[in-house]
Amino acid sequence: MSGREKILATVLHNQPQLTPLPDISIFKVHNQDIVQKYIDTFIGIGGKIFSVESIDAVKILIPENFDITKRIVTTLPELTDVAELYSPTADPHSFQDVELAIINAHFSVAENGAVWLTEPVMGHRILPYICQHLAVIVSATSIVSTMHDAYARIGEDEYGFGAFIGGPSKTADIEQALVMGAHGPITMTVFIIK
Amino acid sequence: MNTKEHATLAEDFNKDEERVNWHDGSLWWIRQKRDKIANQTPQWEELREAASAIKSNVLSNLHDYLLQFESNLQKNGIKVHWAEDAAEHNEIVYSILKEKNITQMVKSKSMLTEQCHLNEYLEERGIDVINSDLGEYIQQLDKEPPSHIVLPCIHKRKEEIGELFHEYLGTEKGLSDPTLLTRAARKHLRNVFLTRRAALTGVNFGVAETGEYIVCTNEGNADMGAHLSEVQIASMGIEKLIPQKKHLGVFLRLLARSATGQPITIYSSHFRKPRPKQEMHLILVDAGRSRQLGLVDFRDSLKCIKCGGCMNTCPVYRKGGGLSYHNTITGPIGAILAPNLDMKEHADLPFASTLCGSCSNVCPVKINIHEQLYKWRQEIVKQGYATNKKSLGIKIMSWTLSSPGTYKTTGKVGRFVLKHLPFVLNNKINPWYKQRDMPQAPKESFDEWYAKNKDKS
Repeated sequence: MSGREKILATVLHNQPQLTPLPDISIFKVHNQDIVQKYIDTFIGIGGKIFSVESIDAVKILIPENFDITKRIVTTLPELTDVAELYSPTADPHSFQDVELAIINAHFSVAENGAVWLTEPVMGHRILPYICQHLAVIVSATSIVSTMHDAYARIGEDEYGFGAFIGGPSKTADIEQALVMGAHGPITMTVFIIK
Repeated sequence: MNTKEHATLAEDFNKDEERVNWHDGSLWWIRQKRDKIANQTPQWEELREAASAIKSNVLSNLHDYLLQFESNLQKNGIKVHWAEDAAEHNEIVYSILKEKNITQMVKSKSMLTEQCHLNEYLEERGIDVINSDLGEYIQQLDKEPPSHIVLPCIHKRKEEIGELFHEYLGTEKGLSDPTLLTRAARKHLRNVFLTRRAALTGVNFGVAETGEYIVCTNEGNADMGAHLSEVQIASMGIEKLIPQKKHLGVFLRLLARSATGQPITIYSSHFRKPRPKQEMHLILVDAGRSRQLGLVDFRDSLKCIKCGGCMNTCPVYRKGGGLSYHNTITGPIGAILAPNLDMKEHADLPFASTLCGSCSNVCPVKINIHEQLYKWRQEIVKQGYATNKKSLGIKIMSWTLSSPGTYKTTGKVGRFVLKHLPFVLNNKINPWYKQRDMPQAPKESFDEWYAKNKDKS
């Protein structure tokens, strides 16, 4: 018997009587002002927010808030005025010198500030992690309340890689002192388009 | 091979009272952060109950879920391996790397691989492994195991970390500012991520329904390693399954809140298919889990989602330190998992507890940790692994309580000694006297008082 067979046989023999799954449709959170909740949460965990009317406003805010002498890459064709459009065929390592990556998110979650991304909006899996600073465009109408709503929204999407990103990378491993910028981006900025 | 018991190691740790107070304070502060956010989360107790019920269902149907998971992983293009024990797991990792002539690997947090001593195994075979999680990296530099499953170097002062970085990373001597130290590690490890062809991660949750697995970090190190690698390996304990994708909603709401008081870890990455030109492997590891599944009193410990909440609240952990547990998984959960792995080596761990039950109170999946600690004690004594001191103590107690006559006489002698010959008990030989004063002797026993007063109204 192979390892696999032995493990499965022992598990089958040792597992207890079947118990049912609980009903998790009971978990609902109602938000009075879901956009404000999202903003408060995201700022609370160290992110930066701009509420804008349209993507044109983003074009103005980028040079005001980031160092445009360094490499800025985007997945959004509308932003090629302020950033380099990413190449789908580039090697992931080639993004190591990206100062700022600007992408959009499918939706975001009010209870924890996280955005949901899959490969089509990331461009490359590595892009939202390897950049020094991350900017994400989110539509106000796409904000959902909880993770339960999030997974309902994700549904049966068969992505190759999907990710929640909830703020700038951080660590408190050294004497519990919170440091922003561990291995992922040092800052994260979200532009909410109303 | 461990020679010292928890009590001895904790005593060592306690010699530095200032450090103990600081360690205690740090962990209690994290417990308080957990409380704050739990109180702000609607239906918190219902969430715990649901998580517990989901995990019970998983354990009761694990065989079929494992088959479903394997099938879906394969459909997604992920190669599946099965390892009965640590040795097999390590061999599998080695063979994957050898096949591609890879001699350097970057690793993100995996307590399972720590349990398997993977790093040492690979190093002996000429493969260099770097732990990329900052806390684990620090511990690796110091050649010490992690003391906490979520906060690996919570026991270290920033000056000590500064010393390590000065020696190994060339930072300025005396530098202890956490931000500057973190930046130094960021720079060094970035180069590691960019040059390693292989990355290994742990698995927080495997979803049977879809054949994907989730890795949660705050640092982004798992992603930095994975998305730049040619070969990505995930090591997963067989108990880490959940049935359906929607159940992630429950667990991701509970995990970080229970661990550090955050609403979610910064990164919750869902790996489902390899990138073009990339190979993905997942190793399903048993290493004692299927046996634990068969232990009726202890199987619920397999529900654990490794949040570390029990460690943050445990008074013994806070004041004794994680390294006193001489086991990969430390704290209360470690104490109920370890005896199944090696009862002789870890017989002392279930006794390293006051049975206060605080751990069970905070556990997001409602494991009855304190009850299992008690049950393990009974098992350990039954199988003859209790320490001689304890066995003798219980035997004397047994004899004292065995007859009213013996009890009365022993009581009389005890009260006499306490009153007139205190030095007999106030010394090093009496274990009760360590850190405690002996009680004042009452004038008379209850029996004596009752005999005098029973006819008074």
